[in-house]
Amino acid sequence: MAKRSFLIPGVDKRLLIKDSLKTMPDVTRRRFIAGGASLGALTLLTGCDVIDSSSADTMLAKISKFNDAVQSFIFNPDALAPTFSEHDITKPFPFNAYYDLDDAPEVSAADWKLEVRGLVDNKKSWTLDELYKLPQVSQITRHICVEGWSAIGSWTGTPLRDFLKLIGADTRAKYVWFQCADKDGYNSPLDMRSALHPQTQMTFKYANEILPRAYGFPMKIRVPTKLGFKNPKYVVSMEVTNDYKGGYWEDQGYNSFSGS
Amino acid sequence: MSSLTVTDEQVSATPAKVIQPAWVRIMHWTNAVAMILMILSGWQIYNASPLFGFSFPREYTLGGWLGGGLLWHFAAMWLLMINGLAYLVTGFATGRFRKKLLPITASGVLHDVRAALTFKLGHDDLSVYNYVQRALYAGIILVGVLIVLSGLGMWKPVQLHWLVMLFGDYPTARYVHFFCMAAICAFLVIHVLLALLVPKSLRAMIIGR
Repeated sequence: MAKRSFLIPGVDKRLLIKDSLKTMPDVTRRRFIAGGASLGALTLLTGCDVIDSSSADTMLAKISKFNDAVQSFIFNPDALAPTFSEHDITKPFPFNAYYDLDDAPEVSAADWKLEVRGLVDNKKSWTLDELYKLPQVSQITRHICVEGWSAIGSWTGTPLRDFLKLIGADTRAKYVWFQCADKDGYNSPLDMRSALHPQTQMTFKYANEILPRAYGFPMKIRVPTKLGFKNPKYVVSMEVTNDYKGGYWEDQGYNSFSGS
Repeated sequence: MSSLTVTDEQVSATPAKVIQPAWVRIMHWTNAVAMILMILSGWQIYNASPLFGFSFPREYTLGGWLGGGLLWHFAAMWLLMINGLAYLVTGFATGRFRKKLLPITASGVLHDVRAALTFKLGHDDLSVYNYVQRALYAGIILVGVLIVLSGLGMWKPVQLHWLVMLFGDYPTARYVHFFCMAAICAFLVIHVLLALLVPKSLRAMIIGR
């Protein structure tokens, strides 16, 4: 008895392969490049444009959410960012924004007030002098940008959790949402757990000098456990809220958690 | 071995020796897809803040912009890591690594490199890897482990601080990650070139025989 192995009963394997080869599209280099980011071969394989299709975006968004869930499950949100010594500090510490230094906000100290909104007992606005009187601590930590570059700097200010306690913020709320004086209105949400992290700071000084314009005068929020874009500069207001209000970069597609 | 025509004769079928078992083939091609996704999205991320005086051409990057590149990179990483881990575990558990890749001797590698460069390297028995193959495959497995470790350290430098310390500091981990990618690209070129020179090895990686 002839024993023959059939992939599909009654169909000869070799003929099957021959036939299917004929129907396979010719993956040419030109097609691959023309596809640009569409990954020629994969595109042909799935019969859809991998990049421009909203199904790919949906899939990527889902995986990003999944990544957030995995992180919150396996990581300790209170883990401390590594600290460094004075001589590790990067000089000069880079100015970074989506605009040039010339276009950075020029905030007048006399006119500036920090506005407090949302789920807090005391909604009074704070002048710079009032804020400067709060107890301050220093940290030398590494600022890591979403682009991959990093720099070590020295920041001094009031732990945000102390300030939140002071104003009677509802710390069961989900977010503290910051708004800034940058052109195009920079803003960014911070999850409450990160807002209460011991190293998260309302920063008034860089290298023991009043925060210069380049680094966010009069106030920035330093979050050493997050990527740089979650560290807003030129802050003008904070809102304690349960609503996710989006953010300048978050709305464009950066992962909103972006915890390191 | 089946004949294309059905005859009344009895055909004794002696199946060809399986050179690449199914698990190796599946994981090999899964890894190929994962690697390409990771490399192209990685180039997109690199371009946002180049380490050296060059950027990768836009048309060879994935994601359209930095944010998209990051989404691809942190999605494809699961495919790379899960498949890679399964491959390592299976490779050790089945003894395949030991049988196929060891021993690797310097003299053997030198001899086979010389033979390869003069096109005198035999491939009569595809189930036995020559010393060039052994060195390349063992080397690229190590690079694969290194690129994942440095990548994880860069992704979570606070949570996985010990991993960053393994490389010295954050910028060093970044350089390690880059050079591992460069090594993988170089391997890819050589690997594909050699596979095309010995088409039956490519066939073995597709259909197993």
